[in-house]
Amino acid sequence: MKQGANEVLFGLYDDEEILLKAVKQAKADHLDIMDVYTPFPVHGLDPILGLSESRLHVAGFIYGAIGCLFGFLFMTWVFTRDWPIIFGGKPYFSAPAFIPITFELTVLFAAVGMVVTFYVICGMGPGTINPTLDDRITDDKFCIAFNTNDASQDAINKLKGFFSATGASEVNTKTI
Amino acid sequence: MSATVSTIRQPLIEGGKTYHQITEDICTPTERTPSTAWVIAFLFAVTGLAVYVFCLAWTIWNGIGTWDLNRTIGWGWDITNFVWWVGIGHAGTLISAILLLFRQKWRTGVNRAAEAMTIFAVICAGQFPLIHMGRLWLAFFIFPYPNTRGPLWVNFNSPLLWDVFAISTYFTVSLLFWYTGLVPDFATIRDRAKGIRRKLYDFLAFGWTGSAKHWQRWESLSLVLAGLATPLVLSVHTIVSFDFATSVIPGWHTTIFPPYFVAGAIFSGFAMVQTLMLLTRKVLNLKEYITLEHIESMNKVILATGTIVGVAYLTELFIAWYSGYIYEQYAFYNRVLGPYWWSYVGMMACNVISPQVFWVKKWRRSIFVTFFMSIFVNIGMWFERFVIIATTLARDYLPSSWSYYTPTWVEIGLFIGTLGLFFTLYLIFSRVAPVIAIAEVKSILKSSGDQYTGPNAAHHHAAHSEAH
Repeated sequence: MKQGANEVLFGLYDDEEILLKAVKQAKADHLDIMDVYTPFPVHGLDPILGLSESRLHVAGFIYGAIGCLFGFLFMTWVFTRDWPIIFGGKPYFSAPAFIPITFELTVLFAAVGMVVTFYVICGMGPGTINPTLDDRITDDKFCIAFNTNDASQDAINKLKGFFSATGASEVNTKTI
Repeated sequence: MSATVSTIRQPLIEGGKTYHQITEDICTPTERTPSTAWVIAFLFAVTGLAVYVFCLAWTIWNGIGTWDLNRTIGWGWDITNFVWWVGIGHAGTLISAILLLFRQKWRTGVNRAAEAMTIFAVICAGQFPLIHMGRLWLAFFIFPYPNTRGPLWVNFNSPLLWDVFAISTYFTVSLLFWYTGLVPDFATIRDRAKGIRRKLYDFLAFGWTGSAKHWQRWESLSLVLAGLATPLVLSVHTIVSFDFATSVIPGWHTTIFPPYFVAGAIFSGFAMVQTLMLLTRKVLNLKEYITLEHIESMNKVILATGTIVGVAYLTELFIAWYSGYIYEQYAFYNRVLGPYWWSYVGMMACNVISPQVFWVKKWRRSIFVTFFMSIFVNIGMWFERFVIIATTLARDYLPSSWSYYTPTWVEIGLFIGTLGLFFTLYLIFSRVAPVIAIAEVKSILKSSGDQYTGPNAAHHHAAHSEAH
């Protein structure tokens, strides 16, 4: 979503159960929801909203596999090719001794990679300021937002009708 | 929420809270001027930190000779403190990761502070291996970086190097896990703040909006990080125990060490969580979020792990006798009845015998008993590390090199000093960040709030429905 020039019409709800019913209604009415904002993760919202499952864990698996291979192969290279040293009469390639560091690097790569990916794909980071619709969304309000950039007055009235029918406690507009 | 909740489950949030009240209760301590209790505690902690800085400077300037280590006893209070602090640093990840995987809802009241405690404890732990190297300015030699000496790599087969990787990874992953959990709560504080505080929390909140997709990814991330942190937390203390177990010192060279150390780590970590939680809930007035139910749950973990540790102590003694190997037998005879018998007694009394009071429900739910027990366990676990390290080294193979070790004021100062460092960090944390995970507590309100579950639920619920 581009920043700066979106006219947003949004309704605030007081409870997640009312919100879930409203989102269901919006889907039934074929309204194009821009986004839903909540103060905590509301379970059961994703399927109603039609959000596909996050693939973040797949990314995590790939990062972990890279860390695992990197750790093991690097130690193997060091002790068999780059600078072979005999430790305690063991073979140069002493795989069991490589396991702890390989494991730690697997976890490290997976965790760091996933966290960085998460912030990048969510458009977040240290000092990033994303526009918010209402300060109470992080407190106790549940918000459904519609983009009304190109909407006709009729369409806007229809959305307002939807908000009052589904029990929104407040309806506002904001440009973000 | 349609989640089925048993009515016999005790509520985890008391006082019939609404979402807004939860925000108020948890954010307020970060917004008002610090209380006198906080200021006094902070002055004590900073004094401790000053002691640390002084003793650290003294050690670096004059060298390790200012400690009472000798050729026989090469590891004393330094490594004892290291292992003790790392052990304490295990409870946070245990609570946040393993209990998340087991869907234990009571974790939400204590996970944030426990994770913070973990991070600060690992910071304290990390000081000791670095200082005890002697030449601190060469500490970067422990990392395998391309260097001009060949490059000559570090020894990847050494448990001491495994430790470097384990502790660094553990610290990094714990920090990321903790901070990612904090981001939505920083956003909550941000949206209440004005002026310069708004700018500060704008920075800390990373631009969190609460979008449904972001929440979905956030939950997915938390779950996978928990899945990664669970084996990680077990691996870290396993590897710490390898520092001892892979050596050829009788009394250290045992296969029981990894599970024994991990159980001890959970045990001491929970004790420290109890110490901090009992103070936090009182000072910040969070008794409705950190309830007796939470305290009792943690006491059960302390009882279980304390008993596991007790079984490990007895197993060690039995196996030493059963092995028929006189050096092993002597090592354990010396551990119990040798010159450091008093530390063995302290360990047994504090770790194994005293936690048995938690079989009694009344004492499990007593703040007073819990607080004293948590201190006992902290002391007991410190003794355990000391018993393993110093008493074993004091009587090695050659009687001519047997020795005794008492810490100098510098070593004592370093230990007291890290307590100062730890509490300074914790007190700052309690002023800047919400000590309870706001979003997570809100998400369990409808299944664990006392107006929805427990003995008063029906009454409240009726009132609740009428209001609508």
